[in-house]
Amino acid sequence: MTEDGILAQLKENVIQGRKNQDEEGIDEKLSGTRGVVELTRLALEKKISPEEIINKALTAGMRVVGEKYSSKEYFIPDMLASAEAVGEAMEILRPLLEAANVETKGKFAIATVKGDIHDIGKNIVAILLKGAGYEVNDLGTNVSAEKIIDFIKKENPDYLGLSALLTTTMPEIGVVIEALKDNGLRDRVKVLIGGAAVSDDFAQEIGADAYCLDGFHAIKVLDSLKRAKAS
Amino acid sequence: MPREGILVPNPYERITDEQLQQIHRASLQILVDPGLICFSKKAAEIFHSHGAEVAAVASADHPCWQIKIPEKLVIEAVDNAPKTVKLGARNPDNALIMKGDEPRVYFISGSETNIWLDVDFPAYVKKSDNSVEIQVPEFHPRRATVADLCQSAHVCEHLETLDGYIRTVNIQDEDITEDNKDVNKFFASLNNTTKHFMSGLTKLEQLDNVVRMAELIAGGEEALKENPIISFITCLVKSPLQFVEDTTDTFIEICRRGLPVAVSSSPQAGTTAPIKEAGIMAQINAEVLAGITLGQLVNKGTPMLYGSVPVRARMDTLGDSYGSVETSQYNIDCVQMARFYKIPNYSTSGVCDAKIPGQQASIERLFSDIVVTLSGPQFLHCAYGLLDGNAVFCLLQAVLDDAHFQMLKFFLKTPRIDVQELSVVLKQIRETVATPQKLYISYIRPVLRSGEISAPYPFEGDGEGDSVFALAYQRMNELLDKPVEHIDPDTTARIFQEIPGLLPRLNVYRERKQT
Repeated sequence: MTEDGILAQLKENVIQGRKNQDEEGIDEKLSGTRGVVELTRLALEKKISPEEIINKALTAGMRVVGEKYSSKEYFIPDMLASAEAVGEAMEILRPLLEAANVETKGKFAIATVKGDIHDIGKNIVAILLKGAGYEVNDLGTNVSAEKIIDFIKKENPDYLGLSALLTTTMPEIGVVIEALKDNGLRDRVKVLIGGAAVSDDFAQEIGADAYCLDGFHAIKVLDSLKRAKAS
Repeated sequence: MPREGILVPNPYERITDEQLQQIHRASLQILVDPGLICFSKKAAEIFHSHGAEVAAVASADHPCWQIKIPEKLVIEAVDNAPKTVKLGARNPDNALIMKGDEPRVYFISGSETNIWLDVDFPAYVKKSDNSVEIQVPEFHPRRATVADLCQSAHVCEHLETLDGYIRTVNIQDEDITEDNKDVNKFFASLNNTTKHFMSGLTKLEQLDNVVRMAELIAGGEEALKENPIISFITCLVKSPLQFVEDTTDTFIEICRRGLPVAVSSSPQAGTTAPIKEAGIMAQINAEVLAGITLGQLVNKGTPMLYGSVPVRARMDTLGDSYGSVETSQYNIDCVQMARFYKIPNYSTSGVCDAKIPGQQASIERLFSDIVVTLSGPQFLHCAYGLLDGNAVFCLLQAVLDDAHFQMLKFFLKTPRIDVQELSVVLKQIRETVATPQKLYISYIRPVLRSGEISAPYPFEGDGEGDSVFALAYQRMNELLDKPVEHIDPDTTARIFQEIPGLLPRLNVYRERKQT
């Protein structure tokens, strides 16, 4: 298979949301053929650069998926399947990108705050961000401010996503932000908040950098934060 | 393969078996005392010749007869009425098979309104912010035309949930007369839908022309009997308990030709029937049984539908209140009565009091559509597009109704719970619980496009604004742009050659040639 052929197939499998050869896509004809993981490995074997794999296949595929979602041809499960597949491919590519000193999109730590165990939205955001090329560290649910501070000190993520579903637990997001300030970490990490209980006003009130309505919005917010940083 | 309709599992029943029996017995008593007043001489003679007590009413302005129908005649007629009725279609795949004891529902349009409601979407600018523009529907009533009838048949052909077509509007063009109305309404409808077509008849003299037209389309007299692409609806009994002369005579002739016919009665509780449920039920059942009896006496084995259009009176105007809750109760009672006789039922839902599409229309029609459907009538005249009782037809409303019925049909799907299914989901549960994210989302995809997940409401807008009408209007125009399969050119030519009174503009091939 030619390089272009591999990249085209990889892009198609991203669109189909087929992580590996065992998964069903939308097109039944692809059943049993190589998925995103196998094609990414094949591409590397054929000496295709990680940048090319990302730009010509993974990102290009996700762009099509986004368009299909916008036109209501695709639904969230389709989007998540594609994002998960791209996330897996990024796990394979990440060591190579780091070794080659290629700048990645950044490290994103995400957690549901202390007292709250709701995580559907947080998990969806994590999958979508992985699919968008971020290195995501999911700290889980009911995560204390202390644990978050420890992680930031140790791993130095670029972004911190905090989620709360309940009005009773949303103040805990403010507690984490205060702890960041107390530990001199606030300027090192951008804080994005989300969850059913919170809002744009609340984000401003507690000094978060942004409120994200959902995973798609989070990707847009991150892009605008990046643009603001670049300018 | 005929259309599937939707089989209602465990149909909803309002009245008990004992109450059914009580209504049945009360109806039989009504048929003897007071019996019916009959304005049709033919009907009076038929009843008389079969042993009914018939006596001329001396004091009446018009010749009429008091008819007392003995129980034996009624029971025999019910026995003789077919328990399965086939309503054919130009496309045989659109045929409807109705079994009197099977709660399989077919959704059909109706009725025959004088007014057609046009829709327009003028733009309005927000007073406080000129940059904000919204489109608000405006509705313009006008007299319906044959072109409207073609349009509505065209759209109904493409409405997924609609199983059959009852003519929606009364055509009132300047060149439509009492003499040519029937042939034009039948041709306009049959030429624009391949689904079953039911209609009333304006003039008895046109019956043979209409039947001949149907024979030409179906492929001959026998072919029409095998595949009755048309059927008739007749309100031969005017409530309370009067055989009307012209409709009864028409009904008799339809039965003689052996074509399917809905024997319908439409009493209004409070005015032409007692306000009490027991009263309207005993009366409507007697009226329908009287019609069925007459039809079976004319031609044993004539396929018939037990037709019921009961309604409660509005207390403010004494007009029909189709939107009232009681109207649905009466209809469900009638569904049960028809099933008791094992005769397929023509029932009514979705007719509303609201005059234009909107919240009231949606609430009224959806309420009766749901509850009456759940009772399992076979032929549900569910008023696609009808508003203001039976006065107004709006194509936009018909498109909105289709979305309601998609939900209803999905709701009535048989539950898929069995050993195999449970074994699959148990595996999913075990696998998912073992993952860090504990989400089942990946299992959605295999069923996402299989029809196992109900579709979202098709007219949902993106923002907070209500864009239902605008989106439904867009859908309506898409359906109008979609071609329909017209009657083929040769048959059309024969129809125009043999059937008098057809408007040349209805010949699509002639129009094409001219353009």
